[in-house]
Amino acid sequence: MLARVRQRLTVNGEEADVSFAPYKTLLEVLREDLQLTGTKHGCELGECGACTVLLDGEPVLSCLVLGRECEGRSVQTIEGLARGPELHPLQAAFADFGGSQCGYCTPGVIMTAEALLRKNPSPTREEIKVATAGNLCRCTGYQQIVDAIEDAAAQLRAEAK
Amino acid sequence: MKKRLDVVGKARRRVDARAKVTGQLRFADDLSMPRMLHAKLLRSPHPHAEIVSVDVSRAASLQGVHLVLTGQDFPVPFGIMPVSVDEFPLARERVRYVGDPVAAVIATDEQTAVEALALIEVNFKILRPVEDAIDGLRHPEPRIHDYGEQGNIHRNQSYEFGDVEDSLRKADFLFEDLFFYEGNTHLPMEQQASLAFLDGEGKLQICSSTQNPHYLHRQLARVLQIPEARIRVVATPNGGGFGGKCDPGGHEFVVSKAALLLGRPVKIGLTREEVFYVHRGRHPVLMKMKTGVTKDGKLTGMHLQTLLDGGGYGSHGPASTFYTGVLTPVTYHYPRFKFEACRVFTSKPACGPKRGHGTPQPRFGQEVQLDKIAEKLGMDPAELRLKNLTKADSLTASWLHVGSTGLEACIRKVTELSGWKEKHRKLPRGRGVGIACSTYMCGAGVAIYWNKMPHSGVQILLDRSGTVIVYCGATEIGQGSDDVLAAIVAETLGVDTGVVRCVTGDTGIAPVDLGSYSSRVTIMMGNAALQAAERLRASVAAVVSETLGTLPDRVVFSQGRVFAADNPGPGMTFVEAVHMAEAALGTLSAVGSYAPPKPPGKYKGAGVGPSPAYSFSACVVEVEVDERTGWIHVPKIWMAHDIGRAVNPTLARGQVIGGVYMGLGEALMEAQSFRRLPEKLSGALVHRAPSMLDYKSLTSLDMPEVEVALIEDPDPNCPYGAKEVGQGPLLPVMPAVANAIFDAVGVRIDEIPITPDKVLAALERKAKGEPARVGPEAFPAVPYPEPTFVLPPWEEGDGKETKRNAAAAVV
Repeated sequence: MLARVRQRLTVNGEEADVSFAPYKTLLEVLREDLQLTGTKHGCELGECGACTVLLDGEPVLSCLVLGRECEGRSVQTIEGLARGPELHPLQAAFADFGGSQCGYCTPGVIMTAEALLRKNPSPTREEIKVATAGNLCRCTGYQQIVDAIEDAAAQLRAEAK
Repeated sequence: MKKRLDVVGKARRRVDARAKVTGQLRFADDLSMPRMLHAKLLRSPHPHAEIVSVDVSRAASLQGVHLVLTGQDFPVPFGIMPVSVDEFPLARERVRYVGDPVAAVIATDEQTAVEALALIEVNFKILRPVEDAIDGLRHPEPRIHDYGEQGNIHRNQSYEFGDVEDSLRKADFLFEDLFFYEGNTHLPMEQQASLAFLDGEGKLQICSSTQNPHYLHRQLARVLQIPEARIRVVATPNGGGFGGKCDPGGHEFVVSKAALLLGRPVKIGLTREEVFYVHRGRHPVLMKMKTGVTKDGKLTGMHLQTLLDGGGYGSHGPASTFYTGVLTPVTYHYPRFKFEACRVFTSKPACGPKRGHGTPQPRFGQEVQLDKIAEKLGMDPAELRLKNLTKADSLTASWLHVGSTGLEACIRKVTELSGWKEKHRKLPRGRGVGIACSTYMCGAGVAIYWNKMPHSGVQILLDRSGTVIVYCGATEIGQGSDDVLAAIVAETLGVDTGVVRCVTGDTGIAPVDLGSYSSRVTIMMGNAALQAAERLRASVAAVVSETLGTLPDRVVFSQGRVFAADNPGPGMTFVEAVHMAEAALGTLSAVGSYAPPKPPGKYKGAGVGPSPAYSFSACVVEVEVDERTGWIHVPKIWMAHDIGRAVNPTLARGQVIGGVYMGLGEALMEAQSFRRLPEKLSGALVHRAPSMLDYKSLTSLDMPEVEVALIEDPDPNCPYGAKEVGQGPLLPVMPAVANAIFDAVGVRIDEIPITPDKVLAALERKAKGEPARVGPEAFPAVPYPEPTFVLPPWEEGDGKETKRNAAAAVV
């Protein structure tokens, strides 16, 4: 058995020391070694987008990133998005607009949308569709996801004023 | 006491929304336990072979391996349907598709288990694989199973309702068409996962992504040979099901057996590739449809023949075979109807129930053929449909009872919204619109195994905190069943869904519900919940009525208050009413249950197709077809769905749009297709694409805007009038796309999926003056049996099988 790797990274704004088998992906480190199971897996091959997290603010497919590449870097997952007991506007909008049905793709889509809205606070529907085209959803038909992201963008813009 | 609705019909945040958007909801693979071990399955590389020997000694001795299981550890077979118990958790003597599980390794971690799989030596004797249904008819030997009708035919049946040949002969026009519908798969985002362990009492518990915990419970007891009372099945929230998690899976028995043998928790999570092997998806179906019509557009009869490619096991196949026929006459009135259906075993992953179960295939043929009929008669296709609708509270030729129907309203609404009259046959070349309709059951009228018990049970406990705890075996698979349950109880007790806690999908603590299939949950669970809640409400009302100075049936429960209908001012809070009732009656609880009405048909086989109610849908699709590339662009889809009543309009709309999405994917690209490897690479029959990248599905960029109209006319058999919405709206999309393509460029694509190459091929044929069509060219000679003959209700039938010459006497 290969020796485990020990490393430190920032997860949802907090320092985390973690040790894991060196072949593990960031997805596996998050789910299995840090017990952050909010991030899902749908293929482990970079095909579905369910495992999207933010790595230094950029959306990545955590199934295609090795845990070892994340030494000293900052990871944000769905667990870190809410504002204390209050839902983040994206989360609230997904809940209100039917953007989440079975909920399995939801964390990945929300993290993708969060990255989009940080860069582009006023995306068009088409820009939202382009940004989320790598996140497969089998339940919603995407329409209510786009509705939710549009609404959350408006909420966030209102907050920023 | 009737009151206006406070909860039902109002758009609300679903009860499980917060857990989903925060990542808190625990799916099966999110669970872990101390000392948990991991299982991996060795799968067959051959589509059809005998297992000569299995040597696990090297694997068993690898460090970190705790247990290796093979078919020898599982002497008892399973099967979701009592007539098709033909599958072992691990294959014993024979493998029947590439991916059939042969052995399992349980180890300290997944990596070790994978390494151990490579050390298992299996000696196979390769047998000739059966490629598809026609190949299976041609080659009765070697047989894939030693049961079934004959050779490789699994199921073979024929039903005739009135003399159909006669009705076709007397028609002014006879339409005969061949259609093919390729198989496709559910592709739920969540891969199946299961965690089994022994609880504190030494009993087996399994937490699994299953749609049907009750049926799994029964099958576990059967296969493991332990009493049902020593097994608890917890259906974890499913990350999408669509029918793919209805069958028990080999992996569920493996982790259960391993937990029993090792006394430690054992988990398995299937890879995406394995999910393609498990399959149980849409059957590929070849169809022949003969329909008679009068010159003024009245249907006189239909003769439908189907041929199903079943894959390697029975699965739900006996039901699927029926469903390629039975719901066909529910939308339009056919004075006579005959259908023959044959399911053939082939050397591929078993097909089973996928959203619409067996009905999208004949519906595609039926609705495309109606488009051809309308064209030939020079009629508007919407008018042709309106002319032939079944009536409310009527019987079909096959003795199905159609209760409420909103199909006429659906057609009128969808044509109005889409501007049908201004568009059909009027858009510029390359653009077109198509219409199609459908129907679906609100729950199968008969349970999968014969019994006289309820199909759904609900228990409600009123806690003195004001919390309403609702127990039901129903399974949340994303469709919103927990929200429906909470809403119906909340509405009846006059509280907010926020005080209702649903405890569902757990055979250890909740009453039986048969499962999340056949669109049965809203109606059956809902009716059981309604009964339980009404009983509780009556108990509480009886106690508080005196204080309120009114009669028990004049007590109103609304918005967290309980008051007299004639004097709403004073009253009390719901919590105060609960306290008063608990003081008077003791702990407050009630149960409710539901069984569907007995079907009117009395012939053998009449149990498949009846339902307490049917939903109806009408769809218009607009397309743009590029004649140089064959590329099909869909700018917009309109869908009107007769839902009876939308319990939560946000969720109902989501189900409609999601159904349209899945239907459009099937129409344009989704295909579970197979190819032969070259001989030097074993010649095996393998998936063309067991991956999400190669199995094409629509992304957000491919998805058109969907305009949804919910047609609400409450159905008396349904709780608060609510019919199904989970499956119906998928069904008319595929034929509407095909019909729109004809309107756009004048070619008929009589098979699904409709890909650009097929459009181009049809356009080339059209340019050469040949029939502008792509689709099957021939239907094989299928040895269908002599039909079960039943007279339709309007020919003095009694719903029982009869002699054919009795018909001649009447006609």
